[in-house]
Amino acid sequence: MLMTLISGDRPRSRVLTLILLAIFLGLLFAPFLFPGVRSLETAARISVFILLAASYDLLLGYTGVVSFAHTMFFGMGAYGVGLASQQMGRGFGALIVGSLAGAALAAAFAFVIALFSLRVRAIFFAMITLAVASAVAVLVSQLSQITGGEDGFTFQIPRALGPANRMGVFMGVSITGKILNYYLIFFMSLALFLLLLRIVNSPFGRVLQAIRENDFRAEAIGYRVVRYRTVATCISAAVAAMAGSLFALWLRYVGPDTTLSFEIMLDLLLIVVIGGMGTMWGAAIGATLMVLAQTYLQDLMGSAAEATEALPLLSRLLDPDRWLLWLGVLFILSVYFFPTGIVGRLRGGH
Amino acid sequence: MSDPILRLEGVHTDIAQYHILQGVDLEVPRGAVTMLLGRNGVGKTTTLRTAIGHWGTRAGRILFDGEDVTATKTADRARMGIGYVPEDMGIFSDLTVEENMTLAAVSGPLVPARRDWIFGAFPPLRTFWKSPAGTLSGGQKQMLSIARAMAEERRLYLIDEPTKGLAPAIVSTMAGALRELKTQGASILLVEQNFAVAKALGDHAAVMDDGRIVWTGPMSELATDAGLQERLMGLSMEAT
Repeated sequence: MLMTLISGDRPRSRVLTLILLAIFLGLLFAPFLFPGVRSLETAARISVFILLAASYDLLLGYTGVVSFAHTMFFGMGAYGVGLASQQMGRGFGALIVGSLAGAALAAAFAFVIALFSLRVRAIFFAMITLAVASAVAVLVSQLSQITGGEDGFTFQIPRALGPANRMGVFMGVSITGKILNYYLIFFMSLALFLLLLRIVNSPFGRVLQAIRENDFRAEAIGYRVVRYRTVATCISAAVAAMAGSLFALWLRYVGPDTTLSFEIMLDLLLIVVIGGMGTMWGAAIGATLMVLAQTYLQDLMGSAAEATEALPLLSRLLDPDRWLLWLGVLFILSVYFFPTGIVGRLRGGH
Repeated sequence: MSDPILRLEGVHTDIAQYHILQGVDLEVPRGAVTMLLGRNGVGKTTTLRTAIGHWGTRAGRILFDGEDVTATKTADRARMGIGYVPEDMGIFSDLTVEENMTLAAVSGPLVPARRDWIFGAFPPLRTFWKSPAGTLSGGQKQMLSIARAMAEERRLYLIDEPTKGLAPAIVSTMAGALRELKTQGASILLVEQNFAVAKALGDHAAVMDDGRIVWTGPMSELATDAGLQERLMGLSMEAT
């Protein structure tokens, strides 16, 4: 049953299995294990970013295609839900219509970009995605009457998912619509993650891996490389858009900074590289580490700075304001020590 | 020669600014092994790559089983029944031997009888069936490369230097497998530097020099005529 769910893609390392189990159980019971707004916020963000990174890894890790437009697809899903909720009013209908429209638009965009660029050389795809993503980000900022411009806009979600919906107390935790919303996001992310896992472990996924390794050889066997890359790009874009829809649902807000920014794109690249390219499990570990570091590193450094007050230089280095510097150092070290990513290292050492 | 399986008519191929094939005329007969010979750099590999469609032609025609495939994409040529074994093996290292073979059977699942026949020709593939192909030795990778082309019955096999850099024992296994393929009536165009293997397997031979076919005829004639060998290949070498 479990093997069927994970499509036979075993972690192949005891330590890796334990880490993945800890992530899964941590997210599954997050509202009860780590009560509080901030921890729930972190758990929701991890769920969404695992899905987003997994969808990016389908492209980068499994197909060998470098794209810089993934946050654009993420944004399409987010704006889809936001705009649909604004136009249709709060309700699950608006969420479904918005997320499906966002996913369809993302897949259509991906198809057009792939059609024009993947036919030539994969590097052109990277360049074109960068140009298109920048253009769309500018367009979203300019069309302020529709998109809210740089400020973005807030929207209302179904009452059942709001914090005002109180349903009682369970295991000492007040169950509200916010927790329902979290579980909606968690289970949707999980379902889509398992779908991606199924895709990469299907014959289609094997062809993608073959293309990544030697595209001419795959073509000479009889696989139309451009067609496969295009389909992978469309699937990846549609799932990224779904992740964007879930993120918008959680934030009840959409704006360029939360969905379209290039910083998110860089985070995604780091997540995939640190976790391990070409493995969905790597996306899960990388996203968890990244979100945890972004959320808690400053606090950790604050405590460390206080503890080292007696050593002025060290204390100054550990000042919470320098958290980005340490985050960078941590990433450099992790890439240096785990060139094949954490999953690659754990599997290799097993 | 009547009704060849593959015919190249005045084929010119450029790679970047280099004019490699300069009017190749070649006929590969059906149900026989044709050896493509010549010293290094005369265009043998380019001829095979042009035949599978990796390199486009500047001029000339390629006819496969009578059909003009000059503008046909590589993947479609493969699905028409051309099996290609590249010089660099081109195996998919991250996939298992089984996955490599399964991928190679493009028109349906790998037939068990075919798989068993391949196991008979290349016993190590049975042993390492579930192992990542990247962990195989050089000889085993070459076996897998050829086995992949054999995963389904092809109308034509294009095989580029299958014994290059291999230990004598592996060369013998490889030659045995190709002989087996030959007895099944396969049509093969084979580039081979090992003259002993070429002599043992070849029915016909085509010798290339400077991007052209300079001699064609029975392999037996070339194999037994030292003067001809000297004139076609030895003299060509001296000429450079």
